[in-house]
Amino acid sequence: MAEKIELNLISGRTIQQGVSMEAGKEKPAYRDACGIIELNAADIKKLGIWQGTNVRVTSLHGTVVVKAIEGLQKVDEGMGWIPMGPWANRVIDPNTYSTGMPTFKGVKVSVTPEPSGKVLSSLEVIEEGLAL
Amino acid sequence: MSKIITDVVCPFCGTLCDDLEVTVSDDGKKLIDVSNACAIGAMKFLHSQADDRLTKPRMRNEDGSWRDVSYEEAADFSAKMLANSKKPLMYGWSSTNCEAQSVGSTIGELIGAQMDNTATVCHGTTLIAVQDVGVPSCTLGEVKNRADMIIYWGGNPAHAHPRHMSRYSMYPRGFFTAKGHRGRTLVVVDPRDTDSASIADIHLKVEQGRDYELLSALRVAFRGEVLPDVVAGIPKEKIYEVAEKMKKARFGVIFFGMGVTQTLSKNHNIDIAIQVTRDLNEYTKFSIMPMRGHYNVTGSGEVWGWQFGFPFCVDLSRGFARYNPGESSSNDLLVRGEVDSVFVIGSDPGAHFPFGSVKKMNEIPCVCVDPHITPTTVVADLHVPVAFVGVEVGGCAYRMDSVPIETHKVVDAPEGMITDEEFLNMVLERLQKIKGV
Ligand code: SF4
Repeated sequence: MAEKIELNLISGRTIQQGVSMEAGKEKPAYRDACGIIELNAADIKKLGIWQGTNVRVTSLHGTVVVKAIEGLQKVDEGMGWIPMGPWANRVIDPNTYSTGMPTFKGVKVSVTPEPSGKVLSSLEVIEEGLAL
Repeated sequence: MSKIITDVVCPFCGTLCDDLEVTVSDDGKKLIDVSNACAIGAMKFLHSQADDRLTKPRMRNEDGSWRDVSYEEAADFSAKMLANSKKPLMYGWSSTNCEAQSVGSTIGELIGAQMDNTATVCHGTTLIAVQDVGVPSCTLGEVKNRADMIIYWGGNPAHAHPRHMSRYSMYPRGFFTAKGHRGRTLVVVDPRDTDSASIADIHLKVEQGRDYELLSALRVAFRGEVLPDVVAGIPKEKIYEVAEKMKKARFGVIFFGMGVTQTLSKNHNIDIAIQVTRDLNEYTKFSIMPMRGHYNVTGSGEVWGWQFGFPFCVDLSRGFARYNPGESSSNDLLVRGEVDSVFVIGSDPGAHFPFGSVKKMNEIPCVCVDPHITPTTVVADLHVPVAFVGVEVGGCAYRMDSVPIETHKVVDAPEGMITDEEFLNMVLERLQKIKGV
């Protein structure tokens, strides 16, 4: 364990994200749907972890703890997917390059195992960030 | 006893399905069941019935806890906050009806606000591109009745617009498309093996962020010119094959999503996707359409379009409408610390803005008008829950193809709750008094 890998991160919608969001963003189901990172099996192996282990995702712009799982919709080796939401938005690139649009897709991140880390609820993710 | 209401419109995504059936109690107070909707749409209706739903505005105490207040107090606070701000941001507007958006515009004009909607983190770059190069588009009805080639570029409708394929693009049998999906070719362009890609006839697994190159290569292929062996991860043979199929289609449509609007080349990706569509009209009929997310983000752009001349990023601070994405866009305004209060309605920037912007929202006065508890409410000083548009109050919304559709009320809101439009009118009245107009 304790390997560190570098990934290209993208975020976006999933149906689980949509359903759990409408059921209440303060509920655990929203955290379970969006507080995850989908990885390729090879990258999970490189990290030396089991599926469902918590990991820390860090970019130039921030850091967040999410649960690593093998892609529900397969992602290639070297790519990571966090459903859109407050977890992804802790690490995505806020630069808009004068278009108004932050760069939500194609962000360089590093991932390290953090089995003792806790995946926070959506409200806690904001509170934690504000306290920093 | 219960009754069934038919032809109900779903107020979740830009597909704006208008064939839902909702079962309600005889007295019209309880929503019992929803059919025909996808899982997300059904949840939106059912969650309105949640027992733990907030029904009263709540104001933040000094120690961070909440206290209930009346709608009158909430309107007083909002009006004072907006009147006292030098440069307030009024953001959201996509999950509410056009009637509320219109009242919001009147408020914005009165106080010289920065007005922005969720396109700013969704299809704002599309709007920029459309202004640059125009857009050959059509309605979803035309797609259903005529299209025999469907392309989803950088979008995953199986997840984001779950009934889009079954209602409009792939599966329905239309006037000239009697064979349904058997008569159509589906191409999905996505760097991931998405559920939409898995049912495609052709999946172009583009390298992430290299959409511009691939679109450019298609333009080369249309003209029969020479391509390098591989472009954006796709072998040239495949590119020639798809280009030929596009030229031979009777009527094709490119639906595009966040995969192109949110990656690095942004509006330039859309520019060239529109140019591809224009090229194809030399050979056949082709259209292009953005997969708009919120059910009425299109309406917000329409309302502002005819009121101000611009669909998002509208700066009213000088007494007339200016527009300059990058300067007058919410995230740029917030990150640079240029706004001194924020009024959020019909959206959740707390969840969907980069965290740096959320942090700035926490540093300035913030009002959030939203039926739900959301990450935005964490940074709000006042949270005003309202009735659900399309469930507890009707009103106009625009589908992703800019077709206006009237949403319906199916149940009563909990007693005492008011709508977005009513709350905005209360704020407007107070502002008019403060300003003496
Ligand atoms: S596809 Fe969109 S509009 Fe249709 S039911 Fe699902 S969420 Fe509602």
